[in-house]
Amino acid sequence: MITATITAITTIITDMFAYEFMTNAFAAAGIVAVVSGLVGYFLVMRGQTFAGHALSHIGFAGATGAGLIGVAPLWGLLAFTLAAGLAMGALGERISNRDVAIGVILALALGFGLLFLHYYTSFATQATALLFGNVLAVDHSMIVTLAVLGTITLVALAAIMRPLIFSSLQPELAEAKGVPIRFISTAFLSIVALAVAECAQIVGVLLVFTLMVGPPAAAQRVTTGLWSGLLAAAAFALTEAWLGLTMAFHTDWPVSFCIAVLSALVYFACLALSMRMGPAHPAPAP
Amino acid sequence: MSAIAFEHATLHIGGRTVLSDVSFEIAAGEFIGLLGPNGAGKTTLMRAILGLLPPSSGRVEVFGRAPERGNPAIGYFPQLRTVLPDLRVRGRDFIASSLNGERWGLPSLSRKERETVEATLEAVGARDLAARPLSEMSGGERQRLLLAQALIGNPKLLLLDEPLISLDARNQEIAIDVVRKVCRERKITVLFSAHELNQLLGALDRVLYLGNRQAVLGTVDEVVKAPVLSRLYGAEIQVLRADGHIFVMSRGRDVERVDHMHDHDHGHDHGHNHHHH
Repeated sequence: MITATITAITTIITDMFAYEFMTNAFAAAGIVAVVSGLVGYFLVMRGQTFAGHALSHIGFAGATGAGLIGVAPLWGLLAFTLAAGLAMGALGERISNRDVAIGVILALALGFGLLFLHYYTSFATQATALLFGNVLAVDHSMIVTLAVLGTITLVALAAIMRPLIFSSLQPELAEAKGVPIRFISTAFLSIVALAVAECAQIVGVLLVFTLMVGPPAAAQRVTTGLWSGLLAAAAFALTEAWLGLTMAFHTDWPVSFCIAVLSALVYFACLALSMRMGPAHPAPAP
Repeated sequence: MSAIAFEHATLHIGGRTVLSDVSFEIAAGEFIGLLGPNGAGKTTLMRAILGLLPPSSGRVEVFGRAPERGNPAIGYFPQLRTVLPDLRVRGRDFIASSLNGERWGLPSLSRKERETVEATLEAVGARDLAARPLSEMSGGERQRLLLAQALIGNPKLLLLDEPLISLDARNQEIAIDVVRKVCRERKITVLFSAHELNQLLGALDRVLYLGNRQAVLGTVDEVVKAPVLSRLYGAEIQVLRADGHIFVMSRGRDVERVDHMHDHDHGHDHGHNHHHH
């Protein structure tokens, strides 16, 4: 019985990896999931998830604009998200935490994205790939690009991690202790911009939340430690991405749909778990 | 050597003069109650001591030297405490983030630093908060945690900016007791800003009263009397003493209580909104 199960699982896996596009998809999704989970952990901690969402929409205009002038969408996406990340950082919290201003700008960006698409010949396929991702079309050179970008993102994150945590948790004290909080904030949004651009290659600009917010938010429900939280966020994102690919391969459903479902399932499961366990030591009644 | 000295210091924020030609000297080890109406410059004064706001004229000295940003001799408990409502970070990690938090790279604590965190939590009776996430703490518990954090690194001077805000009466008493006890033991100079004088009466050595761009330092009997306060409030003030309590009244209203009620509107109105991230 056990042997039969193992054989069945082995068949499932070898079946998938018989196709080069699946091997490529696993590699690309793996890199991006880890980067998204780790960067997203701080996005959730800082309460800036909406800013991350906005960056991805602004990136959509960049990607379609790049297509229009004959550049690969990734570079347009990257240029726009980075520029927007730097601008948000420079304008400070006044803008990056203003939901209405961000909402208006992201809608405008989507509008421009649509305009650029309008003049773009391969309208429909391109639009779907950008909005919802197309991980099965990833080739070898894209994997190399994602690996390089991912390394840059994580090295930058590691470099600022200590003052980033300090200024996220206690901005007033961090400022008094000499942390350059505005620089940290801008640097972090640039890191988020890089991660968003990578993430959009896998799940599309509309679904970056599935890897950047779902897994870290779930992780923070089940563990309150810093390192355990980071580890859990990366592990959840990786599991959801790879399981999503496997699910898609065997059902023929879109990959991004599968990842989105798994992301939501894991988040709500962790939420329910933490609510059931309740506060570890209930606060005394007032 | 004095802990804090202001010599004819003037502090400006964005064209507004908050304190003008102010001089006073606080001795090491004193517990000073910092009082005054909203907008009188309590937070601004602390920011000058922290080296975040240089005086536009005159001098400010902290332990005989010009204030410097990040001075490890100062423990700070800021007023504008932005705690995200859903912060799932446990108490221990929250306060540990301030230990060398200005350094680059990955956060890692030496064994000695970890012991410092635990010892400080113990000192303010906050051991039970170490493993709990902030999102599950009450206002009083968060306050205790922040107090522990201000004491990390054995500061010689503690700046507490409205630490009693949003605490009920019982927790206010506990907070004052803990500060007084720890600071006496460690001979820490304390600058404790508050809206209400009465709770602090048993703990403080002298008061620093701000108002009308001026500052007056002295014992409660020297400072909290009608002529001095009338000058600081720029209005007719009466001081009533009853049953060991002191009431500062203006036209029959208790000014401290009135201030307190407006706290939610003006509590952050100390000119540093544009600094906050």
